[in-house]
Amino acid sequence: MSLLAVHELVAHYGDFQALFGVDVTVAQGECVALIGSNGAGKSTLLRSIAGLIPARAENVVFDGTPIGAETAPAIARRGIALVPEGRRLFASLSVEENLRMGTFSRRPGPWTLARVYDLFPVLRDKRATPALALSGGQQQMAAIGRALMANPRLLMCDEISLGLAPAVAKDVYAALRRVRADGLATIIVEQDIELARTMSDRAYCFTHGRVTLTGRSAELTRPQISAAYFGVK
Amino acid sequence: MNAMDTVVQGALLGGLYALFAMGLAVIYGVMRQVNIAHGDFIVLGAYSAFVVVAATGLSPFVVAPLTALVFAAFGYALQRTIINRTLGNAILPPLVVTYGLSIIIQNVLLQVFSADARSIQIGALGTASVALGAHLAVGWFPLIVFGTALAVAALLEFVFNRTSLGMAFRAVADDPEIAQVMGLRDGQLFAYATAISLAVVALAGVFMGIKFTFAPADGPNFLIYSFEAVVIGGLGSFWGTFAGAIILGVAQAIGFALNPGWGILAGHLVFLAVLVYRPTGLFARSAQ
Repeated sequence: MSLLAVHELVAHYGDFQALFGVDVTVAQGECVALIGSNGAGKSTLLRSIAGLIPARAENVVFDGTPIGAETAPAIARRGIALVPEGRRLFASLSVEENLRMGTFSRRPGPWTLARVYDLFPVLRDKRATPALALSGGQQQMAAIGRALMANPRLLMCDEISLGLAPAVAKDVYAALRRVRADGLATIIVEQDIELARTMSDRAYCFTHGRVTLTGRSAELTRPQISAAYFGVK
Repeated sequence: MNAMDTVVQGALLGGLYALFAMGLAVIYGVMRQVNIAHGDFIVLGAYSAFVVVAATGLSPFVVAPLTALVFAAFGYALQRTIINRTLGNAILPPLVVTYGLSIIIQNVLLQVFSADARSIQIGALGTASVALGAHLAVGWFPLIVFGTALAVAALLEFVFNRTSLGMAFRAVADDPEIAQVMGLRDGQLFAYATAISLAVVALAGVFMGIKFTFAPADGPNFLIYSFEAVVIGGLGSFWGTFAGAIILGVAQAIGFALNPGWGILAGHLVFLAVLVYRPTGLFARSAQ
């Protein structure tokens, strides 16, 4: 049985419909990539899973429990953590306080401040700095560390390479690989298709709020992806 | 005119204003909302203590912390049952609802206590003073108020900057959506903030009732003083709010010394000057 099963999920922003019946599954220990152009619905899917956009209970099933209708804090406490697009660190909190925010989901486990600092040593040196004084790459590390502090069972990373220099983005993904070494189920949203393919086990391609292509990442061909990406049949 | 005396008395008055203002600053700092009924809660605090003192004969200094406890519980319940339902993307509903509360409180007080002015008596302590040099004496009671305000500012700074609750308060003010994704229940946090605010408001109300006479319609003035002190001080620090209140108190005292009709006006002018020249406040520490 899959850890996460999204079934026929629809989502609206006011009158605008962003998702039209989306089905996505994530197995235990799996890394799933969501690809597609801007506005295709990838972030909307993550926000719906996190409980920030209302859904019906049976639309999102986590570990056998229908959670689609639960609030964001309740879903966080079940072990679904989000690294949001644009990082969204808390501006009036220090780096270490931002990391400690992850502990409000009250999930003890292997991830502690010490282990996050071992993963990202630069954050240890900057622990007392205001979070927004960090460089873009360091902020992204802090946002990932904050999500890990919740000891999630499912980690959702929304465009963690966005706005970063290619070398820095590589470092961030290298760290994510180490995080995943012990089998943490992960969803990544990534614009860099090559990066998304090498990082993930399976991929879903989104176009205009629908899944237009899905398969094992290693088996998807570039022409298939381009066709799905641009909505060309 | 003794200039030194004017400034010292103004600063002591500012201590009372600091207690007024910190309750408002707590709610604004966490929810980014202004509680329009804030001043009326101060007056309600004074009436509550007045009734209890009259009925039991207890010292107002014993009644004050009890009132604070009761108000904290009341604030928690009020936020959970009413004000949380008004919060959303629109800023108007909580303003309208707290404005409604203001009207209700004023009229209930008018119905129960009439429009007569009341005050809370503390006996000889009300007029006792200590001499500081040949030409300067300060009252014991204003000193107690000032010391309480200092202690409350220090306590709030501690709670907001050194505790998990304070960290959660700052986070939910920064980004309510992501705070929820971290597992924080914002409705619960807002209720804690209102509980803290109303506890401070109750203390402020009892001290106000000892220092001044009070009547049911006095609240809106206290809301304005509180708001002015918060704006002068700037957001993000209770010491800033404290300092803003002292500046407001001194400005009013200087105005009164120049002409009895200018006191309140002088306070408003300082407030407007800060809005014009330093709209973020004199001691802002906030990230915005």
